Amino acid sequence: MNKKDRWAFVGMGLLIAVFPGVALNVKCISHYVDVMVFAGIFSLVSLGLCMLMGYAGQVSMAQAAFFGIGAYSSGILTSRLGWNPWMAMPAGAGVAALVAWIIGVPALRLKGHYLAMATLGFGVIVHIILGEEVKWTGGPSGMVDIPGLQIAGWKLTSEVAWYYMIWSVVFMALLFCLHVIYSRVGRGLRAIHEEEMAAESMGVPTACYKVQIFVFSAILSAIAGSFYTHYVTCLNPGSFNLMWSIRFVLMVMVGGTQSLWGAILGAVLLTFAGNEWLQIFSDFEILVYGAMLLCAALFLPGGLASLVPKVIGVFRNSLTHLCKR
Amino acid sequence: MQEACCPELSSILEISDVQMHFGGIVALKGIRYAVPPGIIQALIGPNGAGKTTLFHCISGLIQPTFGHVLFEGRQIDGMLPHKIARLGISRTFQHVALFKSMTVLENIMLGRHPKTKSGFWATGLRLPAMRREERKILETARYHLDFVGLGDSANLPAGTLPLGKQRILEIARALATDPRLLLLDEPAGGLNIRETEVLGDLIQRIRACGVTVILVEHDMNLVMEIADRILVLHYGSQLASGTPMEIMDHPAVIEAYLGGG
Repeated sequence: MNKKDRWAFVGMGLLIAVFPGVALNVKCISHYVDVMVFAGIFSLVSLGLCMLMGYAGQVSMAQAAFFGIGAYSSGILTSRLGWNPWMAMPAGAGVAALVAWIIGVPALRLKGHYLAMATLGFGVIVHIILGEEVKWTGGPSGMVDIPGLQIAGWKLTSEVAWYYMIWSVVFMALLFCLHVIYSRVGRGLRAIHEEEMAAESMGVPTACYKVQIFVFSAILSAIAGSFYTHYVTCLNPGSFNLMWSIRFVLMVMVGGTQSLWGAILGAVLLTFAGNEWLQIFSDFEILVYGAMLLCAALFLPGGLASLVPKVIGVFRNSLTHLCKR
Repeated sequence: MQEACCPELSSILEISDVQMHFGGIVALKGIRYAVPPGIIQALIGPNGAGKTTLFHCISGLIQPTFGHVLFEGRQIDGMLPHKIARLGISRTFQHVALFKSMTVLENIMLGRHPKTKSGFWATGLRLPAMRREERKILETARYHLDFVGLGDSANLPAGTLPLGKQRILEIARALATDPRLLLLDEPAGGLNIRETEVLGDLIQRIRACGVTVILVEHDMNLVMEIADRILVLHYGSQLASGTPMEIMDHPAVIEAYLGGG
């Protein structure tokens, strides 16, 4: 981790820590804590996807499907089979990892965008299974009465408790990703992104790394899905369709594919947009997302994260100007 | 270790009857050649002679249509490039292929890939073994950085270096893999006379370390000065081979280069 990341880490930690204290005392935004829990859950997905898109240079259109695999594994294992939620979570992640590996090995040996195609099909299949396998998943009407989470006998009921729990998990995942990026494996990934042939000739096993990152992104999505299940305590297949996969891709694009910080920023922004600000568009919401994707791709290829250094630069310049006067 | 595997071996690289067809075009028409260890072997010929294609065949980026490539007696055609790198062959590229947004030092650190092994989970969790390895990577990279004389540019993004230094950096990155055979694809391309002199000196120091060098180059002064042996390719076949002196006087080479009179 370099100096900038360390500062960003501390800054974001402080921001996240004080947020509920502020939000709960202002009436019209007191429910923002609840929104931020969802934002935290989605941040886990976008972190994994950012590693895949920004560093391994591949796109997955099935993150919602892995999210769904995690969510339904937790839902079924806890409410139907009486498992402890903390046991169900790794089980769901394991299933997602296995499935990702099976798709990833053949798709990633090929160059180009085969993974996007393969995952597109896979996402649709998962969505259909969740809707049709009525006996286990409850079909289109979904599942209810899924137990919540407990930590050492203490039930997580309040939004604030969930908020702090989920954001600690996000910080741990972020720390993990940053460590990977600034290490042997991360250098290999960045090298693949810039000059794949040269990376391969310098001994980087490109196909193997891509599969590993894809599996990792699936695991993070599945874990996020488990948290989601235990937070909302009910499930329906609509939350795991292609639209959601696109939304996850959009989170990473808006935030900036080359920045893990951007991935979190994008997740927070799009969660607020989806849950709060874009409600007035109702059925036209999808148009707004389309427009956002276009704008991000055309005018801000580096995402919002690329604006941060520029803004800081402008600040610095105007400050020095003022001081000189 | 090298003695143990093949004591009587007189060549580090053996190219046996390698042919390369791209559709109807035959880029290499059956090359048969052996490179003795510890020398600077130059590979010359006009554009389109198949020099870079032969390099791609040796480093595994393409598979020869026919024939075999043997490195230290071991067949390497059909192997993936990263496995060949692990065996001890490294290379540079005709069109500099650095990781431009990574720093100079990071580029060389990447070269340590075949000699290190920390995996994805070990790096994410920063396990003690991985930290030790990371320190060693940094140490070795610094050594190679100083060896090629780029010490003062360590933290610059590689893309900001002038071309001359980029070519040198590419060599440093290749050296970081601890190769026994180093393939240099037109390292002097685009360099001025001073930079070329520094480069020639560097290549000779690399040979002095016991690394065999194969050099594709158009700069004849450089080739004649540092090469121990020369192989001339012409339209995908061998035209001549020998010491610089022999090549200079070779009638077929003179005809190919100066045109038959």
